Amino acid sequence: MNAPSTMKPFRHVGTRPVRPDGVDKVTGKALYSTDFKAPGMLWGAILRSPHPHARILSIDTKKAEALAGVKAVATGRDLPTLESLVMHVGEGASDIVDVSHNCLALDKVLYEGHAVAAVAAASPEIAREALGLITVEYEELAFVLGLEEALAEGAPVLHDTVFTKGVDPKPDRPSNAAMRVEMGGGDVEGALASAAATVTGRYTLEPVHQGYIEPHACVASWNGDGQAQIWTSSQGHFAVRALTASVLAIPQADIRVTPLEIGGGFGGKTTVYLEPVAMVLSKKSGRPVRLAMTREEVFRATGPAPGAVIDVRLGAAADGTLVAADVEFLYHSGAYTANDAGAGVSSAIGHYRIPNSRVVGIEVLCNRPAAKAYRAPGAPQVNFAVESAMDELAGKLGIDPLELRLKNAAIEGDPQTTGLPWGRIGYVECLEAAKAHPHWSAPLGPNQGRGIAGGYWGNYGGPSTVNVSVAEDGTVTVATGSPDIGGSRASMAIMAAEVLDIPYEQVRAVVADTASIGVSMVTGGSRTTFATGMATVQAAEEVKRLLCERAARMWGVISDQVEWRSGEVICLDGEKQGQAMSAAAIAGRSFHSGGPIAAVAALSAKGWLPGFGVHICDTEVDPETGHVKIVRYTAVQDVGIAIHPDYVEGQIQGGAAQGIGWALNEAYIYGKDGKLDNAGFLDYRMPVASDLPMIEAVIVEVPNPSHPYGVKGVGEVPIVPPLAAVANAIHAAAGVRLKDLPMAPDRVYAALHPEG
Amino acid sequence: MPSTAYHAPGTVEDAVALLAADPTARPLGGGTDLIVQMRAGRLSPGAVIDLKRIGGMSGVHRAGDAFAIGAATPCTALKADAALSAAWPGVVEAANLIGSVQVRNRATMAGNLCNASPAADSVPALVAAGAVCVIAGPSGQREVPVEAIPVSPGKTSLAPGEFVVEIRFPPKPAGGGDAYLRSTPRTEMDIAVVGAGVSIVLDGEGICTAARIALGAVGPTVVLVEDAAAALVGSKLDDDALAAMSQAVQAASNPIDDKRGTVSYRKAMAGVLARRAVLIAASRAGAKA
Amino acid sequence: MSKIRVSTTVNGDAAEFLCEPTSSLLDVLRDTMGLTGSKEGCGSGDCGACTVVLDGEMVCSCLVLAPEAEGRTIATIEGVAEGSVLHPVQQKFLEHAALQCGFCTPGFIVAAKALLDRNPDPTESEVRYWLAGNLCRCTGYDKIVRAVMAAAAELRQERTPA
Repeated sequence: MNAPSTMKPFRHVGTRPVRPDGVDKVTGKALYSTDFKAPGMLWGAILRSPHPHARILSIDTKKAEALAGVKAVATGRDLPTLESLVMHVGEGASDIVDVSHNCLALDKVLYEGHAVAAVAAASPEIAREALGLITVEYEELAFVLGLEEALAEGAPVLHDTVFTKGVDPKPDRPSNAAMRVEMGGGDVEGALASAAATVTGRYTLEPVHQGYIEPHACVASWNGDGQAQIWTSSQGHFAVRALTASVLAIPQADIRVTPLEIGGGFGGKTTVYLEPVAMVLSKKSGRPVRLAMTREEVFRATGPAPGAVIDVRLGAAADGTLVAADVEFLYHSGAYTANDAGAGVSSAIGHYRIPNSRVVGIEVLCNRPAAKAYRAPGAPQVNFAVESAMDELAGKLGIDPLELRLKNAAIEGDPQTTGLPWGRIGYVECLEAAKAHPHWSAPLGPNQGRGIAGGYWGNYGGPSTVNVSVAEDGTVTVATGSPDIGGSRASMAIMAAEVLDIPYEQVRAVVADTASIGVSMVTGGSRTTFATGMATVQAAEEVKRLLCERAARMWGVISDQVEWRSGEVICLDGEKQGQAMSAAAIAGRSFHSGGPIAAVAALSAKGWLPGFGVHICDTEVDPETGHVKIVRYTAVQDVGIAIHPDYVEGQIQGGAAQGIGWALNEAYIYGKDGKLDNAGFLDYRMPVASDLPMIEAVIVEVPNPSHPYGVKGVGEVPIVPPLAAVANAIHAAAGVRLKDLPMAPDRVYAALHPEG
Repeated sequence: MPSTAYHAPGTVEDAVALLAADPTARPLGGGTDLIVQMRAGRLSPGAVIDLKRIGGMSGVHRAGDAFAIGAATPCTALKADAALSAAWPGVVEAANLIGSVQVRNRATMAGNLCNASPAADSVPALVAAGAVCVIAGPSGQREVPVEAIPVSPGKTSLAPGEFVVEIRFPPKPAGGGDAYLRSTPRTEMDIAVVGAGVSIVLDGEGICTAARIALGAVGPTVVLVEDAAAALVGSKLDDDALAAMSQAVQAASNPIDDKRGTVSYRKAMAGVLARRAVLIAASRAGAKA
Repeated sequence: MSKIRVSTTVNGDAAEFLCEPTSSLLDVLRDTMGLTGSKEGCGSGDCGACTVVLDGEMVCSCLVLAPEAEGRTIATIEGVAEGSVLHPVQQKFLEHAALQCGFCTPGFIVAAKALLDRNPDPTESEVRYWLAGNLCRCTGYDKIVRAVMAAAAELRQERTPA
């Protein structure tokens, strides 16, 4: 593929056309999860555990079954017994046994809100009434929520089958330490001992929720012949198919999953909670069944991002050169192994050249809902600690915090934490752009302070399938298997139009169901514009080749004597030289010239490159109340090349806003009884419009040489730097270093008034 | 599972009869608390009695210098009334901090009061203003001060069959000014961690001749702090008087630790917000003095 | 439990429906009338995705009992465009890419239109506070606020006599 540096100027890439699904979404026509209704559909509801940890002694469903209008009742006994198998279909990996037990608990409930039974009935009211008629006998068990508490001697152990992964030799007894990951090298202690300046700190974060506005919901219809349909909103309908088929032990091809529009996911809709249960209820009742969560269920039973306890030590020479980093963290895994620790370890310190380093991550099981991917899963927590420590180090050394970062920033060829060299990364370019931005040198008002933080995410490639087909009138359809969560139909149409050099409006992009396109991995990990985009380009190139071949055939010349130019085939042969044939003319006669014109690209995209970002945040701190106002915010990010800059900016702004929420107010709050105390949008305080200023997104373009249009990926990075950017700005404004999130007014006040 | 009936009576008498007939029945004003509690399964009344079809139940009524607000008047309608906003800006602002615009287009001060949350935003402002409730019930109508309505979180002093029909304000005193401030983590869509309502009167010399200071979310009900008022009366609201007032406010605060705030933070904020609210009220009093 | 018959006007058309006494207006709009443009994000009035205009005032339809709608006028997202012609708020949302997943978008558009119907020249701060009852998790609000300001500017121009 062409290196972007040699590419001609783009016609479409970098433009900002209206998204193809836009009108449906501004008029209310777009169909999301609970907008879809199947004929004869039943309404389902799920009974959830009131206890954070308990053994299920018995479940009596007879009264519920006897209620008029109830058509099916299901418990964990209705799901097949499975062999342990780790599946890599979502973001991260999950053992299918855990997925099954999370859908419906079998012997134990592991968190308040854990599903224990489900009903399907003729109306939502009857379904809810039936839940009240199910009797579950529990034996309550001691529970544990905290990270260090869960690892302490004598803590209740959630699973007697979990022996810490990544520890050699295998531990002799099970524990709540689900996995341990370590990376690094060199002489950390020696380097720290001889460093001119060191900083040490312990940082803590509570679990936070992805906070998508659309609750989980699906409709399933499973026929007696074994074939089934599922309509659902997810980040990956192929993942839904694979996980549902595996949980139910049925062939994947027997399930056709149709993706509905998705109302936000941020990593949280990369697994199944409802689909296998709706399937069982449908099989039992012989009717399609809708299962939909309430907002409260979303908070209690779906994946938060892990909270953390992080210890950091950094050491630097007097000139600011980093000499050592020691990072050790505990992440909540919740009820099941979540596999976020590895990403946390590789996202901790790799943006700096540090000759001596040790990064250790441990995932800890506890009686909370199973942690799930949330935008750059595993990265923001550890970045908060490392980038706060960098700020502290800059203060100690008397070096400007941006300069300290520039001095140590990793560049192409430097080793990552894994030891592998970085490719063409753009951290330095982002720092330079931040330094040159007027925000960095703008004056501040009273009680205001400015913070900066840098961060990164590895991005991803992976499997995608795209079908590009040409209609008889020459217009083009791009069908992908990647759910469009934030404008990807527009970027796919742009890339296909770019390849074919035809107007954007002549290309329409759709998301096809699992029976209509080949396997595609979830939309997540900032992979879609890169990987599905690569497949789109490849398929569009093949379509272009086919159009040339057909034109040549119609002219009776060999393929070498035609050329694609401005959306047409031009004949280069002597006699017909200069004649042009449009896509419409070729496709219109395609039935007689070799058949319809279409091409499928099914690939596993390689060559992805990480994204780096640098955020500048100004806060104003009310010294009397501890209230923190975000006064100005600028987010600089290297995205490779921005295909549709509006949606690139949108990702950056949205990620920054989520990070600000995480920094200031968002947190899971538990009572002493082990139950979640803020399972709603009123007390789980995500930022509202009046909490935020405009968020200026500054796009830096350091193209990815492995992608035909230079794409790197966008979505994950912007949630990484905000936590520390806000904390550093609070420090600059008020002189207090907050190491515990969220930095809510009472916490800031307590830091400002230690006397109480 | 008993079902809930819906009634929309046209007269106060019919509403009283419906409420008296079923002790679990609940009056429905804006519904922004009642319906949420019903949905969450925390409340399943035998009937909801929609008050909005009763004549005179919605709107701001003015008799001379005194205002009366119908129980079903949404908070945003208060803001739209220029005379009320000029006379009792603190009350109007307090009512317009509740929830969001969508919520305030439905929510009423009477509902805010009868929901009996210690954190209700409009209540400290109403208490500071010296507002009274007109209550209708099986034995006719009675008037009680606003602060006598809530008795504990979620509980009111209303007898079966009773409901608030109107909130009345005393005539605005010459040289009077009021204000309400609250502390919330977010700028909107939040519940007060602490709220402070203040109403003061200044004479021509700028000396405080009367004051009422009421706090929200620092006790099981709204707290009217007489010591705090006493610290201001006779002063020119100098720093010493304000410090004494803040101290009295903190001494009267007896909050709890919960998901919305800690004891120490609530006590500290009560003092800060009360002082800031006094200064705003003073500027309003001064502006009209 | 007997159902209640309710007569209303929805998006300018007379509409009758039967409902349970405690059904929400949102449930009736979505499940009975098939107007699924209004969304349920929370069911407790905290997200604004179900925003409709009831007798001229925007409300969360999840916090309105369906029988309360008797004799009242309801405007939903489905009635914002005039046929195929988008309202300036809708058009500016598209042009400014003020949506990502689009789930909160109907609520935002109904709320933004309600603002501009009464205040054709809002400040950024007024827009932000007016829309504080509408949660968006994708955009960080930046492009939404810009779209509303741009729609206001366009509406002011349209309203200015030539």
